[in-house]
Amino acid sequence: MKQSVDNSRRDFLAKTAIAGTITIASGVLLHQTANAKSLNETSTRNPHTPVSNINRWGLLIDTNKCGKSCSACVDACNTENGLAGRTGPQDTQYIRKVTLRDKSTGHELSLPLMCQHCESAPCVDVCPVNASFIRADGIALVDRHLCIGCRYCMMACPYKARSFVHEELHNQKTSDPRGIGTVEACNMCVTRVDAGKIPACVEACSADNHKAMMFGDLNDPESGISVELKKHGGKQIRADLALNTGVHYQGLNE
Amino acid sequence: MKRLLLLIYVLTGLLLVSSSTLAQTPTPTINLPKAKNLKCAIPGPLANQRRNHMKYLLHQRDKTMHEGIRNEPVSLAKCINCHVKPDAQGKLPKIASKQHFCHGCHEYAAVQIDCFECHADRPQKYIKRKQALSLKQMLQQHLASNDIKTPDIIKTGDIIKTPVSKNQQGVNQ
Amino acid sequence: MSKIEYTSLQGKSPAYFVLLGVLGLFTFTGILAAWYMEHNGHHVTGMTNQIVWGTPHIFAIFLIVAASGALNVASIASVFSKKIYEPMARLSALLAIALLAGGLVVLLLDLGRPDRLIVAMTHYNFTSVFAWNIILYSGFFTFCGLYLWTMMDHNVHQYKKYAGFSAFVWRLILTTGTGSIFGFLVARSAYETAIMAPMFVIMSFSYGLAIFILVLMATYKASQMELGDVVILRLRNLLGVFVAAVLYFTFVYHLTNIYDADRRDFERFILLDGGIYTTVFWIGDIIIGGLIPLLLIYLPSIKKNRTVLGWICGMIILGGLSQVYVIVIGGQAFPLEIFPGYDVSSSFYDGIVNSYTPSLPEILLGSSGIAITLLIVVFMLKVLRFMPNSLADNVIDPHYSVK
Repeated sequence: MKQSVDNSRRDFLAKTAIAGTITIASGVLLHQTANAKSLNETSTRNPHTPVSNINRWGLLIDTNKCGKSCSACVDACNTENGLAGRTGPQDTQYIRKVTLRDKSTGHELSLPLMCQHCESAPCVDVCPVNASFIRADGIALVDRHLCIGCRYCMMACPYKARSFVHEELHNQKTSDPRGIGTVEACNMCVTRVDAGKIPACVEACSADNHKAMMFGDLNDPESGISVELKKHGGKQIRADLALNTGVHYQGLNE
Repeated sequence: MKRLLLLIYVLTGLLLVSSSTLAQTPTPTINLPKAKNLKCAIPGPLANQRRNHMKYLLHQRDKTMHEGIRNEPVSLAKCINCHVKPDAQGKLPKIASKQHFCHGCHEYAAVQIDCFECHADRPQKYIKRKQALSLKQMLQQHLASNDIKTPDIIKTGDIIKTPVSKNQQGVNQ
Repeated sequence: MSKIEYTSLQGKSPAYFVLLGVLGLFTFTGILAAWYMEHNGHHVTGMTNQIVWGTPHIFAIFLIVAASGALNVASIASVFSKKIYEPMARLSALLAIALLAGGLVVLLLDLGRPDRLIVAMTHYNFTSVFAWNIILYSGFFTFCGLYLWTMMDHNVHQYKKYAGFSAFVWRLILTTGTGSIFGFLVARSAYETAIMAPMFVIMSFSYGLAIFILVLMATYKASQMELGDVVILRLRNLLGVFVAAVLYFTFVYHLTNIYDADRRDFERFILLDGGIYTTVFWIGDIIIGGLIPLLLIYLPSIKKNRTVLGWICGMIILGGLSQVYVIVIGGQAFPLEIFPGYDVSSSFYDGIVNSYTPSLPEILLGSSGIAITLLIVVFMLKVLRFMPNSLADNVIDPHYSVK
């Protein structure tokens, strides 16, 4: 009887030790994978199932890391989406580099500006035909099958994020259908996101070693972007409008 | 009465003209590149594909656009990938060309296709694209063509770094 | 008041057909311009990604606003029971329908995809002010049509009062909706203010009445029917009140903006250093469209001068177009305040005043809205009986005595 008790105790100790080892080891392993994994979190959704609001895709841009005269994100965007990259007043720009100078301090900084993928987007509110919409996972899109080209969304957007296609296009890319008479904007590289990749601008920024842009799931508290936002904070542009944008910035004055 | 007679004449004339064209009914020319060992994703007989392809596409269109459902059997991109191929001379037909798969039937049926004002009308793999100019190059060209003095921000400041180079990935700052 | 007999235009004179032809030609060139714009894309216009609404919108908004104002005369007759206006109610409702039609045609033909009109009718977003307006426009046609029917068909005459009242309420809602297209835009300093809605209502009173007086005087002169001073002086006085009210609302709108430190830069732009916008505001909107007409209306010595009244109406119309120009184009030309507290520059024209030069097709399309309106009026005047065969003083008011 006693023997068996001792045995069970020994058993218990041994099992505890093993369990502990496994716990610690797996912890270490998890930690390592977390470190090894890029800070960018990507979609793991099976593309045969619909998107859901489990995710909310967003971007975090650190203006301190953004190269003042670098346009890697803009160039990558143009290449990815088949944009000509012209900068005339009638030309489309999904993403643009903006140079800011603080009026009171004279401090200069630079940042990429694109569709902010608002939760309460003015473009969605004003669109008469429901062509502007926010996908369940937070990506703002224009359904060009419905868009009648009234440009009311362009009047309503506080970020001037949208462009109107002023002429007939040829050689569009399969991944970004776009055409005459309709409105378009940054779509957070939705086909790439659905394929489990990160947006082209983010990829280019980190390939260019600035690492000023981060992509991830704002709804996942463990994601790189959420952790970073919690740790160092971030600002939404025109936060006063309470649009709850999906794009956040660091290094901007309040 | 005179008018009535005139009407009858005109109608008879029209009937004659139309019946003479009816005798030589035009048939649509379909340029159908043979996809080897591949079956069309739209099920059933050819008639189903011909009559109902738009319904399949429309169904998939909304699913893709709004729900992000991709890689399903039927999609416009897949139609194009199988059915639009370079001809013997290696020329890839655009939608405006009679050689394009969609063109023949749609012209015959007088149904305007809206798809290709936005969507690619040719498989991407055959299209060679020039590397887009960088924004700065564009800006400089634009400024030069409009005879505007280059602003300091573009002149100074280090030259834009190489767009995307794989070998730089993984290097820590 | 003696019983009013209505008549239609004879419409057999060469002048009538020349007028129809000229209006038809303008309409045709407008539609040709729209086809050209649609075929080539909007790059043949002066509109850009910065100035997204241009000349067609100026004309369209002006006409749509004026449409609801043109119904004034009818409303005063039926809702406020002022008998003197009653004989002109039919013409008033007709003009309202025609103005709205002219404005809408321009607005629709300017769309990037006018071929998708069916989409606009089948997909409906209930949060969109634009979409509300689609309902408001169709409702306005319906109510004005019903109102006309009750006025012109004796079998349904007893419903005239109700139809008139519904049309009156509806047109107030309609112009509130038009003003709210701008008033609800949070993004831009020029807009996002509740005063837009009542300001548009007042603007509609003024523009609509000015157009109505012009049409009334022109048709009566052309058809050699009598149009007495009683009617004209009433309308003239009313016009003066409306012009003053528009000036008042314009004043309050700008004063509110000046008081708000956020919008002071925008006001400086419009009122002081905005180049063409400042010029058009002061010369076009305030002086030609407001002060001079006001002065002339209340100058006793030229009270009965019809030519001067014609000029006054013309100036109010010009002033109205200037006002809509400053609101629509000026509001977009001023840079969007994306980063308050920063000076900004970019390849996408951030932080700079945007320029806009309208192209010929745009102007042709925009102005064809006026031609379409007049074409409808001139045609309908011949088809149905809209005009009392006399608006002489003794017909309007038997107790009238020349003062």
